[in-house]
Amino acid sequence: MSVTRPSPTPAPTARAIAEQVVAGRLDAEQALREAFARGDAARVGPEGLNALLWTDRTSAVRAARAPVAGSAAQTDRGLLAGVPVAVKDNIATLDLPTSCGSRILEGYVSPFEATAVSRLRAAGAVVVGKTNMDEFAMGSSTENSAFGPTRNPVDCSRVPGGSSGGSAAVVAAGMVPIALGSETGGSVRQPAAFCGIVGVKPTYGRVSRYGLVAFASSLDQIGVFGRTVDDAALGLQAIAGRDVMDSTSASVPVARYADARDASLAGVVVGRPREYYPESLDARIREQCERSIDLLRERGAEVRDVSLPHTDLAIPVYYIVAPAEASSNLARFDGVRYGLRVSAPGLVATYEATRSRGFGPEVTRRILLGTYVLSAGYYDAYYRKAQQVRSLIADDFGRVFASGVHVLLTPTTPTTAFPFGAKADPYEMYMSDIFTATANLAGVPGMSMPVGRIDGLPVGAQLLAGHFDEARMFAVAYALEAALGEAAHR
Amino acid sequence: MTAPGWEMVVGLEVHVQLKTRTKAFCNCAVEYGAAPNVNTCPICLALPGSLPVLNAHAVELAVRAAVALACTVNRVSVFARKNYFYPDLPKGYQISQFDRPLAERGQIEIGTRADGDAIRVGITRVHMEEDAGKSVHDRYPGVTAIDLNRAGVPLIEIVSEPDLRSSEAAGAYLRTLKQILQYIGVSDCDMEKGSLRVDANVSARRQGATKLGTKTEVKNLNSFANVERALDLEFARQVRLLEAGRRVDQQTMLFDAVRNEVRPARSKEESHDYRYFPEPDLLPLVLGSADVDRARRSLPELPAARRGRLVADYALSPGEVEVLASSAVLADYYEAAARQSGNPKAAANWVINGVLGAVNASGVPLERLRVRPDDLAAMIRMVADGIISGAAAKQVFAEMVRSGERPEQIAKRDGLLRVEDDAALVRWIDEVIAEHPSEAGRYLAGEKKLQGVLVGFVMKKSKGSADAKKVNQLLASRVPG
Repeated sequence: MSVTRPSPTPAPTARAIAEQVVAGRLDAEQALREAFARGDAARVGPEGLNALLWTDRTSAVRAARAPVAGSAAQTDRGLLAGVPVAVKDNIATLDLPTSCGSRILEGYVSPFEATAVSRLRAAGAVVVGKTNMDEFAMGSSTENSAFGPTRNPVDCSRVPGGSSGGSAAVVAAGMVPIALGSETGGSVRQPAAFCGIVGVKPTYGRVSRYGLVAFASSLDQIGVFGRTVDDAALGLQAIAGRDVMDSTSASVPVARYADARDASLAGVVVGRPREYYPESLDARIREQCERSIDLLRERGAEVRDVSLPHTDLAIPVYYIVAPAEASSNLARFDGVRYGLRVSAPGLVATYEATRSRGFGPEVTRRILLGTYVLSAGYYDAYYRKAQQVRSLIADDFGRVFASGVHVLLTPTTPTTAFPFGAKADPYEMYMSDIFTATANLAGVPGMSMPVGRIDGLPVGAQLLAGHFDEARMFAVAYALEAALGEAAHR
Repeated sequence: MTAPGWEMVVGLEVHVQLKTRTKAFCNCAVEYGAAPNVNTCPICLALPGSLPVLNAHAVELAVRAAVALACTVNRVSVFARKNYFYPDLPKGYQISQFDRPLAERGQIEIGTRADGDAIRVGITRVHMEEDAGKSVHDRYPGVTAIDLNRAGVPLIEIVSEPDLRSSEAAGAYLRTLKQILQYIGVSDCDMEKGSLRVDANVSARRQGATKLGTKTEVKNLNSFANVERALDLEFARQVRLLEAGRRVDQQTMLFDAVRNEVRPARSKEESHDYRYFPEPDLLPLVLGSADVDRARRSLPELPAARRGRLVADYALSPGEVEVLASSAVLADYYEAAARQSGNPKAAANWVINGVLGAVNASGVPLERLRVRPDDLAAMIRMVADGIISGAAAKQVFAEMVRSGERPEQIAKRDGLLRVEDDAALVRWIDEVIAEHPSEAGRYLAGEKKLQGVLVGFVMKKSKGSADAKKVNQLLASRVPG
């Protein structure tokens, strides 16, 4: 096993970079060159971690030199001044490909940019490149990428988690302090846990999905990776808020999440849902989470045992709802207008050849599954029933948060990062998301943060909060991060 | 067409393009006849990462239509995806509505029965959806070209109950529906441009039976006349099958206007499982009573009410009203002319014969006809006041159509004002007598019936401007005592 040491000169935080750039002590171009240098040292490219799929240094430098768009009256202008960021390959960017880790979109460049990316740029951030991912975000290890798996910077023999494994890896490797990922069932929180960093899945509707290539529209949400709670808070603040281009984005005001930095935990009630601590849970993971809960109690939080009784139904429900929506969302990849086309005699044969060649086995499996559950005669038994159970899962959260509990603390994952090929059975892979998929089904915000290590491998604790209560979730995260100190990474 | 002992049962599905400036889910222009694919964007091209945003004006028009068809507008309706693969369907699904449509349970009156009762046709539902693009098969040899200008244009689908009992009734339903939708300004309903499309469900049953027979769906109906022809053909086909003791297969039939026949569509065209499910990219459409009230208030007078009022207010005949109320634009035109001229009967004659004649002859739509209602009213008043003769009025009107000038101006310039001046009349009479010595001689000799002929010559010479009454008097005074 090869466990890498933390780099001798720790990579700067987003806050540090932005403060120096705003103060005139650093320029964005210099910050960008340093990021590329750190990336080279960590070998984030295909020859190393294979975390960064597409990058164009010349255009990145040009972007770094360009003045930040947006009016001076905007308070968030300069929030991320000069901060280098990476973007998952399923989030549309101008200039760089948006291929979703798939052959079917290899080389595809979007003519428009995702709202989240435009907002990062407006806050001063500079995009360094696009990161590797499980094809169309379907997977929990980044092994399903058409462009090869990403390696975990903590231990190169292990997966970084997924599907946003590339974004987690470039942040964990120190190249950039912030990266965008996307979540449908845990694809930010789980790789954050595996790579020992912070990963936030906002409330459904908190961040515009415009420009995020859809996997399962009712579950998808763009999320943020940071090495620290503070960087993740800054990143989310930059991208959150209503967008007219996404009808499902909410008009709820965006808090300054970093203001929760010094918030007291007095009066904060932390819930410990028993279903997330089953007897079968790895004792060492349980211990790390219990220690975190104890630390929060010491800092003034009240701790309560609670129950979310429908938790064990999350994975079965998820694997009906998500493939159903995916089967429809991925219908547009037909070889007619863009992307791969494999010509064959006749229309149907061309569709079949294009899609068979273009999609990998996991994507194909889910399209077939989704098509099946929506078919005449099966809809009621599967899709309708799944939606009913989904509302029971949401009601579980609603009840707990209405009872006065503010934030739940659970393990993010049932295991630490596993070796490549360890989960060849799809069902076993699906169980990686057992603690995370609930938040997507209920639409509540969640995050993972490092709370310790087992055999050198990071353990993540998950915080879950009520709809649009990210500020309180961050308050608890800041407090826990401070309480843990260096123990979070030992 | 009728088959003794058998009854035709028809329900119609009508797709209507809403008259919006932009598409249902993006800002692309809705424009008929534009160069291929110019009115497209990431959203209607279904580029990865794009999302639909509902056009509020499309909703407004759809609700107005639902209210005009006496439907109950659902407080919550839900968009759904209708999934199928076709090259002119960019997303691989059409955004439509399925189990929770915009509106349900309406009805319209399409005429009156022999006993005077209204013939009512139930409207099952009105739902919103988007149009697909066009596949062009005959433009380039060996390939199909795709034009996505139409992809995402807002439509409503109006589904009738199986209440129609003949092809004529189906025709009357379609004409009534089209008239209502045009009146309320939600659609052009132009079948040639595809802004109104019809599919027909038809079945046959024994006269007096209460159970419905097996239906077929007839497609490819590109005019109301063809709907009627196709229904008759399909009904006859079904009756032949049933009388031979065979059964009707539930299937899709295509009407072939050239061969005047219906034939089964290829089975592939009907074997879709659309896998409908709620569209997760759009919130449910919530319409409060305020929205529905606003739509109701925005409704103009509907055709039936307007016909009734025209009869009552202007003492017109049912035949005149049928023509004058055929469109809201025409009825508005007529009413303006009738009010301003103070002469509803004359205005009706002029609009039906003069104005519609000019529209038909020139092909210029009424909205752009140069004769405006106030000009027509002024001309009608000039005739009533004796300023121009009825004969001169025809010439004045023709010139109004041509030049758009005011009638007073034309009459004055072209010398069409009624001439009562004795000197001028005497001069014309002298000339006529000189030019027509034979008729004049016989008249002066006492052959009184020739007076009309001579007056005619004078009128012609004066281009209709001579006061015919005075000409008669002056001529009569020349006949020796």
